[in-house]
Amino acid sequence: MFDSREVGLAGRVSAGTARTAGRRAAEVRELRELAGKVAPVVLAGEQVLPVDDALAPLLPGGGLRRGSVVAVDGPPGSGATSLLLRLVAGPSAAGSWVALVGMPSVGAVAAAEAGVDLSRLALVPAPGGHWPMVTAALLDAIDVVVVRPPTRFRAADARRLAARTRERGGVLVVVGNHPDGADVRLTATGSTWRGLGAGHGVLASRTVDVVATGRGAAARERRLAITL
Amino acid sequence: MSVSAPRTVVVWCPDWPIAAAGVDPGTPAAVLHANRVVACSAAARHEGVTRGLRRREAQARCPELVVLDDDPARDARAFEPVVAALDGVCPRIEIVRPGVCAFLARGPSRYFGGDAAVAEVTLERAAGAARPAACRVGIAEGRFAAGLAARNADAPAPWVAVAPGETRAFLAPFPVRVLDRPELADLLVRLGIRTLGDLSALPPAAVLARFGHDGELAWRLARGQEERPLAARTPPDDLALAAELDPPADRADRAAFVAKSLADELHAELGRRGLACTRIAIEAETEHGEHLVRLWRHDGALTAGAIAERVRWQLDGWLTATGATGASGRPTAGISLVRLVPDEVRPDDGRQLGFWGGSTLHDERAARALARVQGMIGLDGVCTAVVQGGRSPAERARLIPWGDAREPEASPDTPWPGQVPRPAPAIVHAEPLPCEVAAADGGSVRVTGRGGCDGAPAYLAIGEGGNGEVAEVVAWAGPWPVDERWWDPPEHRRRARFQLLTAGGVAHLAAVEGGRWWIEATYD
Repeated sequence: MFDSREVGLAGRVSAGTARTAGRRAAEVRELRELAGKVAPVVLAGEQVLPVDDALAPLLPGGGLRRGSVVAVDGPPGSGATSLLLRLVAGPSAAGSWVALVGMPSVGAVAAAEAGVDLSRLALVPAPGGHWPMVTAALLDAIDVVVVRPPTRFRAADARRLAARTRERGGVLVVVGNHPDGADVRLTATGSTWRGLGAGHGVLASRTVDVVATGRGAAARERRLAITL
Repeated sequence: MSVSAPRTVVVWCPDWPIAAAGVDPGTPAAVLHANRVVACSAAARHEGVTRGLRRREAQARCPELVVLDDDPARDARAFEPVVAALDGVCPRIEIVRPGVCAFLARGPSRYFGGDAAVAEVTLERAAGAARPAACRVGIAEGRFAAGLAARNADAPAPWVAVAPGETRAFLAPFPVRVLDRPELADLLVRLGIRTLGDLSALPPAAVLARFGHDGELAWRLARGQEERPLAARTPPDDLALAAELDPPADRADRAAFVAKSLADELHAELGRRGLACTRIAIEAETEHGEHLVRLWRHDGALTAGAIAERVRWQLDGWLTATGATGASGRPTAGISLVRLVPDEVRPDDGRQLGFWGGSTLHDERAARALARVQGMIGLDGVCTAVVQGGRSPAERARLIPWGDAREPEASPDTPWPGQVPRPAPAIVHAEPLPCEVAAADGGSVRVTGRGGCDGAPAYLAIGEGGNGEVAEVVAWAGPWPVDERWWDPPEHRRRARFQLLTAGGVAHLAAVEGGRWWIEATYD
């Protein structure tokens, strides 16, 4: 009888423990759900700035990943500047600020036509020898900073700017060669114009051949002809 | 509500921007902003030039018109000696805008023995400093009425003093458009309320209900009552901010740069208390203890940028003042202290940050970063662009230093015959590159006077004298002749543009002018 009572009690206790454990597991699950709901969510979409649909296949993640360094280059007249303007037009249209450092000859009208919002475009045409400092200061608050180094781009500056870009969650676009290797490198290799004849017509549209290379997810070389 | 405004003296220099530019009042001249006349001289007015006219209309009415650019800094600088001359009449002078200043009449009137004496003294001192520009003085209850009185004063009696208590009667015959509220005035006239007398006869509650606060303010002005909103109050002392300059600044722009951060700080502090500043005292002190205080007022709220601008105007005027150094003239040492004292504040109606679009926190952060970069490389180093009217890609983009108003100089919506068609070139060369374009036979391609072309472009060589690498031209279009500003010989340009596509797939926008070829832009 004592035994049975003991057993009975033990049975009840164990049953109670099991019930408590079950309830606790449910509570933990609920709490975890709640934590998931109230925690600051970082959506994949916030980590990647949107770009024009035509350019999305060239970029890992289909956009400009925050914290990354992108290089854009190409021989003169190949369409590299137009490619650059189209690249930054996506974030600009989505509300980001864009700064162009050391690019005195970029056409503002072309930028507007590419879809860049000029009210959120800052130009620093002649930063001089201070350009790494200027670029770093701009990276503090501006999402997309485009820089064409007016003086030699030292590897130490490249590393420092890349670290700043990662820390602030911006995107650094370097026009021309990048000494330390960019995450993504877009090269315009040439363009084909349509609309212009011998003494008639007008430049209407063109196709730019772009090669994308890079590191990590972008390591596989992609080639694409884009109508700009 | 029925308290009448304190008696105020307003000194008004007619057509001040013209006088500030150093143009003789007898010469027909006009100051233009954004292609519209904002001020003109008496001689120009006599020829039919009025405010708001387009440049071309103004020049049609008066062909010998001297056209001047609008420059508020120049106006303010030139006005400083006038204010300095009046310092001896009354110490707290409020600059409404360059060309107009005001002060309270009570003290000086008792000291000099009556309004007439004050008006005489004021006129004598102001006219002496403002010469050759004319000066008018008006005394009445409130700044608005005194301003109208000054405007009403004319050559034989260049001052008008409205007798105490007579202000409402004085204002009654004026049309409602003198309120300087075009929309309200238009509405009032359509309702049959043509004069300030008609307006002031209305019951205040009805005015407030029908026309809102602005209407009620107009009603108060029409009655010669206190013009500022009743909510305006004197701010607590601890809002004043000062910055010491070490080493002392001998140039206004250096002091203004310090003042800019000071103004930002003041603005943030006012913002924390939910206040906006409508009148501010800017004080500057030099190493030798010379002291300059000016009151600046603004009908809206003074923004940080506007405060910094006024500091620059004031110090510029002081530091470059001509005449003897000392008491009221140029200081003898660099500026060592700048103080901003908000003199009149009102509750800020607020600015709602945009939920979708509009100004956001993000924009403010970007603005701060850009201001910091301006601190590193100079104010003109950071620009923002705006698309305006024009024919070439270079004309169509206007770079504006960051912080200035983003306004195009020429409207982009008006037709520009001869404009280069879309797409715009991505590279616009700051200095056009000299080049040479040759036909298949090797001779240079020329454009005839009738806009024709003698030979098809076949080769392009970029470089001075065409000594660069020669590229074959596979496609081209043009010539697109433009004959610009033929009415203005020094500015007259006649050129023809071409689009050239080379065998390498590079497209250029080239122009030929006076037989010489230039690459204006590249379609990179």
